[in-house]
Order: sequence, then structure tokens, then C-alpha cells
Amino acid sequence: MRRLVWPAVVLVLLLALNLFFTPSFFSIEVKDGHLYGSLIDILRFGAPLILVSLGMTLVIATGGIDLSVGSVVAISGALACLQISQDASVFTAVTLALGLCLVLGAWNGFLVAGIGIQPIIATLILMVAGRGLAQLITDGQIITVNSPAYKVIGGGYWLTVPFGILIVLGVLAITAFLTRRLALGLLIESVGSNAEASRLAGIRARGIIIMVYAFAALCAGVAGLMISSNVSSADGNNAGLWIELDAILAVVIGGTSLAGGRFSLGGTVLGALIIQTLTTTIYSIGVPPETTLLFKALVVTAVCLVQSPSFRAKVLRGRGRTAPPGPAAEKKVRVSL
Amino acid sequence: MPVVPEPVLTMSGIGKQFPGVAALDGVDLRLLPGEVHALMGENGAGKSTLIKVLTGVHPADAGTVELGGAAVAFASPLEAQRAGISTVYQEVNLCANLSVAENILLGREPRRMGRIDWKRMRARAGELLARLELSLEVAAPLSSYSLAVQQMVAIARAVDIDARVLILDEPTSSLDADEVAQLFRVMRRLKDEGIAILFVSHFLDQIYEISDRMTILRNGRLVGEYLTRELPQVELVAKMIGQELAVLERLHGEAKVFDRPLVEARGLGRVGAIEPFSLTVHEGEVVGLAGLLGSGRTEIARLLFGADHASTGEIAVGGTPQSLRTPRAAMAQKIAFCSENRKADGLIPDLTVRENIILALQATRGWTRPVPRDQQDELVDRYVKALKISPPNPEHLVRNLSGGNQQKVVLARWLILEPRLLILDEPTRGIDVGAKAEIQRLVAELSDGGMAVLFISAELEEVLRLSHKVQVLRDRRLVAELPNDAGLTSDVLMETIASGGRAS
Repeated sequence: MRRLVWPAVVLVLLLALNLFFTPSFFSIEVKDGHLYGSLIDILRFGAPLILVSLGMTLVIATGGIDLSVGSVVAISGALACLQISQDASVFTAVTLALGLCLVLGAWNGFLVAGIGIQPIIATLILMVAGRGLAQLITDGQIITVNSPAYKVIGGGYWLTVPFGILIVLGVLAITAFLTRRLALGLLIESVGSNAEASRLAGIRARGIIIMVYAFAALCAGVAGLMISSNVSSADGNNAGLWIELDAILAVVIGGTSLAGGRFSLGGTVLGALIIQTLTTTIYSIGVPPETTLLFKALVVTAVCLVQSPSFRAKVLRGRGRTAPPGPAAEKKVRVSL
Repeated sequence: MPVVPEPVLTMSGIGKQFPGVAALDGVDLRLLPGEVHALMGENGAGKSTLIKVLTGVHPADAGTVELGGAAVAFASPLEAQRAGISTVYQEVNLCANLSVAENILLGREPRRMGRIDWKRMRARAGELLARLELSLEVAAPLSSYSLAVQQMVAIARAVDIDARVLILDEPTSSLDADEVAQLFRVMRRLKDEGIAILFVSHFLDQIYEISDRMTILRNGRLVGEYLTRELPQVELVAKMIGQELAVLERLHGEAKVFDRPLVEARGLGRVGAIEPFSLTVHEGEVVGLAGLLGSGRTEIARLLFGADHASTGEIAVGGTPQSLRTPRAAMAQKIAFCSENRKADGLIPDLTVRENIILALQATRGWTRPVPRDQQDELVDRYVKALKISPPNPEHLVRNLSGGNQQKVVLARWLILEPRLLILDEPTRGIDVGAKAEIQRLVAELSDGGMAVLFISAELEEVLRLSHKVQVLRDRRLVAELPNDAGLTSDVLMETIASGGRAS
């Protein structure tokens, strides 16, 4: 729990900054039976990123990484919109799209665990090829659909709450149940922390790795549905572009080490919210558009530094002396950003 | 000799707190030039912490350190090294994927115009190894050499720096007798050069062979400083554990008859690792594997556990042929394996003691059926008590435990599975006398309860004390099977190893 303190502090600071520039920032009102407000917008527009980041968390906890989630976002939206434009039911479209995502994720997992390709390379294949696949599905065009039922996924409301937020809560609950209630989390952390020792302890590491990549792709698939549903169209080129990098960033800000091992779902959600809040903040405080990326980079750098225990120790104790590593730090040097 | 020279290093009143524990409390240590000084104590007595305070890994909370008469406080191991204090740690901390030469000279590569001078680097590495009377291919990756050779490379790395103080933390735990003798020759030479050597080892014989003086710690406190030749072994052990140690004789009283074969290997072998061998382990029997390091002991264990694939032969468990292609398959037959290399093959450093202990049980159940939390707590609690795991907090991260306690955690992981065959590969290596006796007693109890044990150890005395029969290995071949009767002594065993079983 102590690891969540810094991400939480950063999020609160960002929100406070917004309140300073926009006094009405925290106000939430009900219009036409829907919740409205900047905070709701952050959650709603941040929903796809949170989903992708949750999948990414488990992949990173096994010591891997998944660069292909952005492409999977595009493929999922493209296939669903294609089906709907060909008069398939929304249910069929969603099922087919998510089914394809599961297959793609399992393929990633197979390359990593079955063949032994390094994760960054194995998923790079689908990252590049997946964009092509998405364009193949949409025939290089942007497919526009007009289906009120499909629109609900990304743009609908249920009991005044945006549907996307409910989906995120559902996926988060399922993930937390699988990993923390059941033993999946323990086995994932074990494989990520010491793969050979895990094998000798009788853990089927291969199955677990395939499962986390499939899960990451499934999460990306749902995010893809959400994104395409929100704009009622599928863009094979730009849907989910660079979302994998934001997701990795969210995981790291949330305190999960890129070396694998311990992971924190709560931290990841905070991390994704920080990134989304940052994007909102840039617009609301009126940073000039040409400097937004630079501004974002500076804030992210600051967030990472403030989370690094050795950096904090250096700043607190003055320069020159290195941080006294506790007994925990002596065996394995970790990048804990 | 009677003139005591000025100490090169004096530590006085050293104190160090870790959250919840006083790791060191008022400890003094002085090192004299040209002496080998042994630092003695059980696991958790504070030996490693004292060394880490000395080398700047941890800052001291109290006390002073003087090097050559001047007060010093090192902020990092690098500073300590520059001041002339070099350390070789218990577990090899080198980069396995770099070459031998790179490992020896890492961070101080000979340079020419800013670029590394590879030719000079290899030559220099060769010279340093020659000082240890080793000849290795210095351009080969370190991983192509055995753990023992890697240890020697670590020592070569340490003595390259013009050391005034050389700290050897359990350097011998993975060396065989010849390599130990070689190390001792090097130590004597360095000693003659006036270097003060701080030596930590759990092998009492080695302490008496090499050391001149010793400092004993118990529970983070100083017991005293003694001249080695004036302190008999029995008194040393008593001072270390704070009580008289009951003499352990052969732990098996009456001769038992073993007629129910549990695991039978016939012609089992793996190309390049171990020649085909046949071996039968009966229920309730302790089979010892004796042989030099690299003679194929671990390879036999790994084949029986399915950690490696056999290229020839077959295994029968309880009379039925089984193909043990994976550790899971072996675990399904209730075979458990405690690896010799607990850091690489045993521990999950990020997880807690509790999680490490229940890991294998959880793995057999699969992720969909978690071990209920109260059952976890009960099992963990029982084994933490039974094995005296310290600190007795199941939520402690396992990487913060001392070596002996980590070993017990791995042992507990397998014991809760209630295996029929327990393979122990060097379970007592690098752990202290008290814990060693506990583990030996445990093995005897387990076998009395009907569990079969395959016991691998470099210490022949230990193999003799525990085993019902001893299998002797030499050069990756099983050369003899000896029943452990009154006629079998460590001398006979050594002869068998030396002669390759031709005499018997």
C-alpha cells in the first residue's frame, strides 16, 4: 500500500492544479439523466487507457512487455465496425472482434513462451503487422457505422453513469478477483521474479505467460470497441496509436517494476488516471498546442523522479552521498520509477 | 611472531539497526597485517552485516572504523575498494555473460586513448589468474565455467586491486578439496605480502587450517577475540551457539531392512551430463551421493526430478514405469527437489516467506484453486516453528533472510507437499553448525517416517552420518554402491572416489 502513496500524491496535485485554473473543475452535475463534469470526463476518456494498462500490468509482471496492444485496439474496432456495417448483430460483431483479439494475444504468448522469442521482439511483430491487418479489414478506409446499440459501449450511459466507466470497473473487479482472490497473481509474480525457480517449483510458466498475453489483447480489444464505438467509426491507422507507450508508462508510474515480479493493479489505475488527467490539464490550463508534448514529458519525468526512492533520498540528504540501501536493495538492482 | 604489529583496521563499538532488529550491537573487530582472521558465528549472528558495514554497503548507526590509524566511513563499496578493502561475497556476484577477463577488470579496464585496450586486458587477466595458479581461456564467457571457477575469478578480481584488507565471505562453500587447497595457497601468499585477510567459513576444519586469530559473534554481539591455536574446536562451537552441542553420532540406530523400492532408475543418462546409471531408492531409505564437485551429483538429481530430459534409460516409481519429463510430472509422483543453487533455482526473491513456502503446493493445485488463507497460515506457521526460520515473520520478504534461513524456506516448500522421495542437493552448504544439525536431524526423522531421501553433500562426514547406503560418483559416472556399515569411513569413501571404485 505504501507504494501507492506517491502516485496518489501526484494525482491529487494535478487535480488541485486544475482547480486553481478552473474553479468549477470538481463540480459534477446531472444533465438529461447523465453525469457531467471534468472528473467524469477524465474517467470516461481514460477508460480505454486503464483497460489496456491493466492487461499490460500482468504482462510486465511476468517480465515481458506487449507492444502490440495499440494495433489490437485498431483491429478490434475495425472488425466490429465491419461486421456491423455488413448488418451483423452487435453481439456477433463484439464476439468476433474479441475472439480475434484472444487469438492474437495467444499468438503473442506462444511466440514468447512457446518459441522463446524476447517479448519486445515477439510483440513488435504484431505491432507492425497488426496495423496492416486493421487496414486490410477496413480496406484502407474509415468505416462509419450507425448503430445505436454499438454506440452504447463507448458513448452510452447506465443509471446516469457512462457505460465505459462501468466496463472498466467490471474488468478491474474480474482482474483483481483472478489475481488476488485466486492464485493467478502469485504465480505470475513468481514467474516474473524467477522463471527457473518457478519451473522447478512445478509452475506451468508457459500456460501462464500465454494467458497473460491473451488477457492483455482481450483488454486492448475491449478498449478498441470503446474507442470506435465512441466515434461510431473504425480508423485502422490512428485508433489506439501509441496507446501501448502510455500504458507502459501508466504501469511504471503505478509502481510495477519493468523487471517483472510484484505488480499493483491499484497503482496502474492511478498511473493511467495521472496520464489522462495530465492530458485534460494541458487543455484546461491552455498550454499552447505546439508545446503540449514537451510539457507532458516534463511532468512525467518529474513523476518518475519523485517516485524513485534513491532520488528522493539524494534530494533529502543533500548531494554527494548515495542513498543508504536497505537490506531489501542489496541483491537485485531494480529500476523502480 | 610474538610481537603484535599495529592493526591495519580497527572497528570499535559498531552498532546497526534494521527495522525491528538490532543486527549489530557494540561489536569490535581488529585486523592485523599478515594475518588470516576468521569471523565466526551462526547464521544471523551479524557476520554479513558487519562486513557490509565495513565495506560501506550499510552505514553504521554507532561506532568507529579506523583504517591505518585514520578514521574512515565508506559511503559505498567502491570507496572501500579504493581505500584498499576488497571483498569476495558468499554468492558469486559477477556477470555471467561477460568474459572472464571483462569480469576481472570490470570498471578498471586498461585503456588507450579512451578506448579499451583488449589485448592488454586479456594479458593482465591472464597474469592475475596465474597468480592464483589458474589457467583459463580469459576470452571465454564466465558462464562456460563451473561455479567453483567463477568463485576463483571473483577472488582474482578482488586481489587485483592493491588490497590492504581482503574479505572472503564464504569463498570455499562451493569449492572442492583441491580448489580449497589452491585458495589457501593463494591466501598464504597474500598474507606473506602483509595483507590482512578476513575469512568467513562454516567449515571448522578450514578455519583451523588457515586462520591465525578469530572473532566470534553471537546474536549481533561480540563474544570475544581468540588466537585460533589456543581455542579448541569444541569450545569454539560452544561459544558460537552459546551452549554445548550434543555430539551427533550416526543418526540411524538399528539396521533397517529396505524391501520396498520406491524409485528405480535403469540405464538413466543424459549425453554430456551423466553416463547411464542405475539406482534404486527404497521407502524410508537415505541414499547418499558422494563425489567431487562436478562429478555428476547434481545431474543425477535433476534427471530424477525431471528438471532435465534424460537421453537414455527409464524410471519406475513404485514399480510402474513413468516418464518424468517435467518437474510437474515428478511432483505428481511425489518427488521433491531442493536445488543446490538456492538463489537461481529455489527462491522467488520478490515474494514473502509465506508465499515462497506455499508456492509448490499452489503450483500443484493450479491457479484456479488457491490454498485457503487459514490453511496457508497454519502450514507456514507450523514449518516456521519446526525449522526455526528466523525472523519468524511469514510476511517478511524472503530476500531479506540470511542464507541458512532461505534454505529452510525452500526446504519447507517441499516438506508441505509430503513427498515420498526428497532430493536434497547440498542442503547444508553455507549454513551454520546449529542449522546444519537441525537439518540433519530432520532428514533422519523424515526417513524414519518412511520418506526416502537422496542426500547430496560435499561433506563426506555428513553423508556418512545420514545415509543408509552411499553411491559414489566420479567423472560423471556412478562408480560404486557402498552399504553404510561400520566398515565405511570417510577414508574409505575418499579412496573409492580417488580410485574410481576399482579397489572395491
